[in-house]
Amino acid sequence: MIRYIRWCAYFCALLLLALLVNVARVQVWEAAAYGANPANKRPVIARYAEPRGDILVDGKPVTGSRDSGQLLRYERTYADGPLYAPVTGFSSQTYGTSFVERAEDAILAGTDPGLSAFPLWYELSRGRPGGGDAATTIRAALQTAAYRGLGGKRGAVAALEPATGRILALVSSPSYDPGLLSGTGTRVKAAWERLNADPTRPMLNRALRETYPPGSTFKIVTAAAALDAGVVTDADAPTQTPDPYPLPGTDTLLPNAGTGCEDASMAEAVRWSCNTVMAKIGVRVGLRRMVAAAERFGFNDGGLRVPSWVSRSDFDTDMSLDQLALSSIGQFNTKATPLQMAMVAAAVANGGEVRTPYLVDRTTQEDGSPVRRADQRTLSRAMSPSTALRMQELMVSVVEDGTGRNAAIPGAVVGGKTGTAQHGVGNAGTPYAWFISWARAEDAPQAAVAVAVVVEDAVADRRGISGNSAAAPIARAVMEAALSARPRRR
Amino acid sequence: MTALTAKVTEPAPLPPPDADAPKRRGVELTLLAGAVLISVLGHSYVALTGGPTPSPTPTPLTSTPHYAAALSLTALLAHLAVRLRAPYADPLLLPIAVLLNGLGLVLIQRLDLATPGEAGAGTQLRWSALGVALFVLVVVVLRDHRVLQRYAYLSVTAALALMLVPVFFPAVNGAHIWIRFAGLSFQPGEFAKILLAVFFAAYLAANRTALALTGRRLFWRLRLLPGRVLGPILAIWLLSVGLLVLERDLGTSLLFFGLFVIMLFTATGRIGWIAIGLLLAAFGAYAVGTFEPHVHSRVDDWLNPFASIERGEGPGQLAQSLFAFAAGGLLGAGLGHGQSFLIGFAAKSDFVLATAGEELGLVGLTAILLLYGLLVSRGFRAGLALRDPFGRLLATGLASIVALQVFVIAGGVTGLIPLTGMAMPFLAQGGSSVVTNWIIVALLVRLSDSARRPRPPAEGAA
Repeated sequence: MIRYIRWCAYFCALLLLALLVNVARVQVWEAAAYGANPANKRPVIARYAEPRGDILVDGKPVTGSRDSGQLLRYERTYADGPLYAPVTGFSSQTYGTSFVERAEDAILAGTDPGLSAFPLWYELSRGRPGGGDAATTIRAALQTAAYRGLGGKRGAVAALEPATGRILALVSSPSYDPGLLSGTGTRVKAAWERLNADPTRPMLNRALRETYPPGSTFKIVTAAAALDAGVVTDADAPTQTPDPYPLPGTDTLLPNAGTGCEDASMAEAVRWSCNTVMAKIGVRVGLRRMVAAAERFGFNDGGLRVPSWVSRSDFDTDMSLDQLALSSIGQFNTKATPLQMAMVAAAVANGGEVRTPYLVDRTTQEDGSPVRRADQRTLSRAMSPSTALRMQELMVSVVEDGTGRNAAIPGAVVGGKTGTAQHGVGNAGTPYAWFISWARAEDAPQAAVAVAVVVEDAVADRRGISGNSAAAPIARAVMEAALSARPRRR
Repeated sequence: MTALTAKVTEPAPLPPPDADAPKRRGVELTLLAGAVLISVLGHSYVALTGGPTPSPTPTPLTSTPHYAAALSLTALLAHLAVRLRAPYADPLLLPIAVLLNGLGLVLIQRLDLATPGEAGAGTQLRWSALGVALFVLVVVVLRDHRVLQRYAYLSVTAALALMLVPVFFPAVNGAHIWIRFAGLSFQPGEFAKILLAVFFAAYLAANRTALALTGRRLFWRLRLLPGRVLGPILAIWLLSVGLLVLERDLGTSLLFFGLFVIMLFTATGRIGWIAIGLLLAAFGAYAVGTFEPHVHSRVDDWLNPFASIERGEGPGQLAQSLFAFAAGGLLGAGLGHGQSFLIGFAAKSDFVLATAGEELGLVGLTAILLLYGLLVSRGFRAGLALRDPFGRLLATGLASIVALQVFVIAGGVTGLIPLTGMAMPFLAQGGSSVVTNWIIVALLVRLSDSARRPRPPAEGAA
């Protein structure tokens, strides 16, 4: 019997061996595959186990974290959610992330390797660093001024610091509270469905992701192109333009909104927003040079990141002359984001140089020690410095005694350009009211801010709609905020 | 080679112990202290670092000082019982049992933290205390294991009665294996396995010569076993299959069948009959697996544990268990830092090993499995050293019960074999299981004491 007991013992040892081999298979060989299975909740649980880092405006968090006591423990909260939604985006345990929440997710969620000086320590201690913070370039005063200025009307505001490319304000209206999308459950699902079904599209980031026909504000690009190309050497010289202007190769007559545009100079055309003159100048500059000029300002670039991606602004590269004429006054297929038009104004204010816009100034660890700092870069040179100087004069005249008087600020030099963009089938839609501008204190060497404002549903008599009445006051409020706020330099 | 020559060439049993053989009770006490220390450290670590959610207020029974006191006291009492009444017993048995039981309590306590409102550690501690009390009772009262041989038929009658009773109680989670009475629930099948082992050992010890040597020769070395001798055992075997159908308890049936085969083989050494028995069992299991929906779904889960995910229904228990093991990796997430509670309602009972796997890793899990291996091997060792056939068969049977249980449930939760409900000895939440396993260890202590006790010169000379 001894022999058979031994055999039984061997058999049991064999069973044990089979168990050990199988356990090793599961825990070592299959571990990665099981860990990556989308049904495995562990990565998500780990992701929300710690409070998420914050997004800062003016050094103060505009986000927070709430301990929900649920499996996915920490949920996002937002202070002034609707105000900063175009900046922060949302961080939802059901619907993922957007905008800065998405672009800086690794930092905020604490998974970025830069958050830990000794990554090995966290490997050994099985812990992980807390979420870091992302400090934005947004300034609360400008953001608030823009948001209040829009007052719930459909539209957007983008404001830049021309010399650096820092985005100072990014507002889209109507907005929504991203906090509604934090967490899980039916409440979050209902909010998501309601926001997506809303005809006013509150979750659309109009400042970065919506493109509008820029209308007359595009005349700044056309004028700069003409000066740079030498098509116009003296902006004050008459241009021999008829009013109305027959579009080349067609019987269509292009009218002006106002009078006094016949044979006007380019300076007058900018000041009074003459369609005829600028269309003719665009045709004289020619397609190739107009395209090149528009692209130097940032048009036709689908790769812009701030760090969230920005919709591509379009200037057609293949057009007949009449189409080019219309495109030169911001119609036809020309489309621009509010950020793009703010870059146009900033280029003029910054001596012709376009700085790459950016939204996240720096990222830090939990304790505030730096992880990464945004590097300021030049995107392109849109025009020569002398052209820029001339364009500044033209834009100042728009505000001083042209179509943009509503943007004037006592004690400051303000340059602007109005726009009223026709759109819709047969131009039947309510025109978009545009205003782009920049401002510098009289004693300052550099412009403090460049702004683009677009108002989609300016409630007014149709002929009365103009950038000056609907959009310029908003731009002025933002510029005033930029000029009066203490300069923030680090 | 005939069975007769086999007897002649059988290797000699272990040499008889010396008259002044060491008792090694000091070793046992030291190991016990280590086992208690490891468990208490684990418990305090869980209590301090907590689970993923804020830990509920510890009840008197589950706070670390109470746990430490209870574990030390019961270990000490068990040790005293062994020291006084089984001084030659194997010094490894008790410390392994205490360590596994202590670790099980730590794991259950840890899971309690993740599932507030379903606290199980306190109850498990009470059952463990009862188990140790029965351990002491068996060691003190049962002075000689051979006494049990007389109660073979009483044992089997009691076992059958215990197994049949749950049929009259409502099914829990699809299996008729529970008796619920006055708020308490227990699995009589757990106790029945000891009684069956006693019966098999006694019956086979009495009839093994007949089983091994008689019977009509069929062909070559196969001989039909005498029906008169084989009858009762076949009846038990059939009953276990009947139980499977009636109670839907695949695990216990598998265990009983395995126990039957192992003990029959040990008694007779007839491997051919074992092979035929296994073939029959495989056929029976296939039939049941095909026609019994409850069993059929278990087999499906085993073949494709992620099928429910592909159907969009989320991971099933087995998938969650595999995720837990995988998350543990080599070194584990650390006690209290895993997410094995995702497994759901059986996390503390059938799937407790997944928590060990996730939080202690392959290293910790291997240690636990080796502890079981050591416990089983000490059981077999006692069997090898014993002189009487009954004792040898009983030790083999009890060790095999532990080994089979470990294999069936550990293999089930790691996807090696189809999952069958069964408790990991000592580790899993379950009152009847922990009590039964303490009785098994008590019997092994008694058997090893007999095996290692120096024989009086008169008996030794015989």
